[in-house]
Amino acid sequence: MAQAELPRQIPLDPLGEQEQGPNWREYFGFSTDHKVIGIQYLVTSFVFYLIGGVLAELVRTELATPEVDFVSRETYNALFTIHATIMIFLWIIPTLTGGFGNYLVPLMIGARDMAFPRLNAIAFWIIPPSGVLLLCSFFIGPASAGWTSYPPLSLMVNKGGEAIWIAGVILLGTSSIMAGLNFIVTILKMRIPSMPLMKMPLFCWAMMATSALQLVATPVLTGAMVLLGFDLLVGTAFFNPTGGGDPIVYQHMFWFYSHPAVYIMILPAFGMISEILPTHARKPIFGYQAIAYSSIAISFLGLIVWAHHMFTSGTPDWLRMFFMIATMIIAVPTGIKVFSWVATVWGGKLRLCSAMLFGMAFVSMFVIGGLSGVMVASVPFDIHVHDTYFIVAHLHYVLFGGSVFGIYAGLYHWFPKMTGRFLNEGWGKVHFVLTFVGFNMTFLPMHVLGLQGMNRRIAEYDPQYAGINMFCTIGSYILAVSTIPFLFNAIWSWSQGEKAGDNPWNSLTLEWMTTSPPPVENFEEDPVLVSGPYDYGHTYYQDLEDKAIAQS
Amino acid sequence: MQGSTVNQGSELGYTEAHAPEAGHHGEHPDLRLFGFIVFLISESMLFLGLFVAYFTFRAVATSWPPVGTPDLEILLPGINTVILLSSSFVIHNADTAIKKNDVAGFRLWFLVTMAMGATFLAGQIYEYAHLEFGLKSNLFASTFYVLTGFHGLHVLVGILMMGTVLWRSRQEGHYSSEKHFGIEAAEVYWHFVDVIWVLLFTILYIL
Repeated sequence: MAQAELPRQIPLDPLGEQEQGPNWREYFGFSTDHKVIGIQYLVTSFVFYLIGGVLAELVRTELATPEVDFVSRETYNALFTIHATIMIFLWIIPTLTGGFGNYLVPLMIGARDMAFPRLNAIAFWIIPPSGVLLLCSFFIGPASAGWTSYPPLSLMVNKGGEAIWIAGVILLGTSSIMAGLNFIVTILKMRIPSMPLMKMPLFCWAMMATSALQLVATPVLTGAMVLLGFDLLVGTAFFNPTGGGDPIVYQHMFWFYSHPAVYIMILPAFGMISEILPTHARKPIFGYQAIAYSSIAISFLGLIVWAHHMFTSGTPDWLRMFFMIATMIIAVPTGIKVFSWVATVWGGKLRLCSAMLFGMAFVSMFVIGGLSGVMVASVPFDIHVHDTYFIVAHLHYVLFGGSVFGIYAGLYHWFPKMTGRFLNEGWGKVHFVLTFVGFNMTFLPMHVLGLQGMNRRIAEYDPQYAGINMFCTIGSYILAVSTIPFLFNAIWSWSQGEKAGDNPWNSLTLEWMTTSPPPVENFEEDPVLVSGPYDYGHTYYQDLEDKAIAQS
Repeated sequence: MQGSTVNQGSELGYTEAHAPEAGHHGEHPDLRLFGFIVFLISESMLFLGLFVAYFTFRAVATSWPPVGTPDLEILLPGINTVILLSSSFVIHNADTAIKKNDVAGFRLWFLVTMAMGATFLAGQIYEYAHLEFGLKSNLFASTFYVLTGFHGLHVLVGILMMGTVLWRSRQEGHYSSEKHFGIEAAEVYWHFVDVIWVLLFTILYIL
C-alpha cells in the first residue's frame, strides 16, 4: 500500500528520465525554493566541514609528538578554537537543521514550501559571509580561548580575533533563530490536512523539538555575546573579576545555549535515523509515539542540565546535585529511542546499503558517547576527568559518531531524492569502512588518555602519552582520507550516477511520492495520506494471507 | 486515511496580504502574525537572559548598588513609564480604526504613538545625560545602561516600524479592514516593548 496516491496528469516516470531539477545557476543566487536552499546549506556547510577538518588534522599533527614542534602554542590555541567553532556553528547545525530540515520537512508534510521562503533564504545567506568573516580572523590572529570563550581569558588574547568571533556567533545565532522560527510555523501550520501530528514522520517531530531549542536558547547566547563584546571593546566589567564582574555568569549564559546546542546537533540526526532504519529494515518503526514524545522530552530536559559543564566552576553542592540528576534523567528518553531503533531493526530483512550501514553505526557509536555522557554527568567522576581527553573522546562520540554518521546516513539515503541518482554503493562502502575505522582509531584511545590525566587544549604533553597519541593521529589521517571517496562519489554521482527513480527505497513517507528531484512546489497535486509513514511489511503479510486463503 | 482533497488555503482562510511573502509559491494561509509572535517569544528570551544575569550580579555582590553609586532619580522615569504605558492604549485605537477601514484614523493614532515613543526616548536621553555615573563606573552602572539601552533600541525599532507602515499607507488601499498585518505586527511589537519596560522599570528602579 502506498502512503499517498497522487492523481497526476503526466504519466509516472519510473526512472526519472526528465530533468526536473532546478537550473544550476539557482544554487548561486537568492532562491526562495526550500529544496535549493537545502542544497545550498548542505554544500556550503560541507565546505566548512572540510576546512574544519584540515584544522583538526593540524591539531592532531601537532599532538603526534609530545613536544611543540609543528605549530607554535599560540597557533595551536587558535587552531582548536576555530576548529570547534566551524564544526559546530558552520557544519553540524547548518547541515542538520538548514540542510536536511529545509529539504525534507516541507516534502514530508506535503507542503509546497516553507512558511516564510524569503526569511529562509536570508537565514541561509547570513551563513557564508559569517563563515568567511570567521576565517578572515586568521589574518589578525583569531580567537584563541577555546570555542567556549570563557572570560577573563577571552578578554586577554587576540582581541581583534575575539571580536570577530563574537560577531560571527551573533550572526550565526540570528540565522539559526530565523530557521527555527520557520520550521516551527511550517510544521505546526502547513501539514496537509490528512496528516495529524501523530501521523507525521519522526524527522518532523525531531525538527520541531530542535526548533524550539533554537528559539528559546539561542537568544541567551546572543545576550552573553553582547555583554562579552562590551567587556572586550568598551571595557565594562560584566565578566571581569578585576572590575567586580562575575565570569561564572558568562558560563551560565553560555551553557544555557550551548548545552541545548548539543541537542540541536543530535535531535535532527535522531529523526533521520528513525526514517532510515525502518525503510531499510522493511519493518514498522518500534514505538512511534515513544520516539516522538522522547524528542520533546529531550528538548525540554535539555534546557535544565547546562551546569553539568560547570561542576568544577565552584558550583554549590545542591546545584551540582540537581544538575547531576537532571542530566542522568535525559538518558531515559534517549535510551527509549535507542531501544526502539534496536527493536525496529531486530528481525528485519535488512538492506545493508551505505545509508543503513551509517545508520546502524550511528546507533552503536552514539551509545558509546551516550554512556560516557552518563559517566561524566556524575559529579565525582566529572571532577576527575574534567578538561581531559576523556571529554574530547566523549564529545566526539556524540558529535562525530552521532551527528556526522547521521549526516552521512542521511546523505546516502536522500541523495537519490535530491539528484535523481544513487551514490555509488561500492565507494560508499569504502567510505563507510574508512570512516568507521578512522573514527574509532582516533577517538577510542582518547578515553584512556583522559583517564590517565592528559589535559586537553594544551599543545605539549607528558611523553608517557606519546604512543597512544601517535595512534590517534594515524587514525585521524585515515579519517581525513575517508572523505575523499565520498567527495568524488558525490560529485561524480550527481551527474553520472545510476538513475534512481522516484522511490528507490520503497519508502512510505511523502517525499518519495513525487519525482526525483521534485518539481518546483514539490507536488503536481496535493498528496493525500492513505497510510502511516512506517507501515512497512503490511503488504507482505497481506500477500501471505491472501496466498494462504487462495491455497485453502 | 481520513484525507480529503486538499486545499489548505481555502480551509484556513488565505488572505491576499500574504501574496508578496509567498512569492511564486502559491497559496497558503497567512502565517505572518503567528510567526511574528513566535519571534517575540524568542526575543523575550534575550531579555530574560539579561534579567537573570542582572539578578545574579546583584545576588553575588556584597552591596547593591555598590557603595558610592548615586541614587537613581525616579520622577522622570516614572513619567516616562506612564507615557509608554498609555501609548499601548493609544496604538490599540489604530487597530480598531483600521478594522473599520478608517485609514485616516489609524494614521492619526500611529502618529500619536510615535510621538509618545519619541518623548520616551528623549526622556531617556535626558536621564542619561544627567546621571552621575557612566557606562564603566561600576557593575551596576554597566548593567543599567546596557539593559535600558537595549530596551531603548527596541523602542526605536518600534517607531521605525510604525514609520514604515505609515509610509506604505500612502498607497491607496494598501491597508484595509481585511489586510493590515503591518499594523497588527507594529501593535503587537509595541505591547511587547511596553511589557519589557514595565519589568525593567520594576527591576532597576523599584526593587
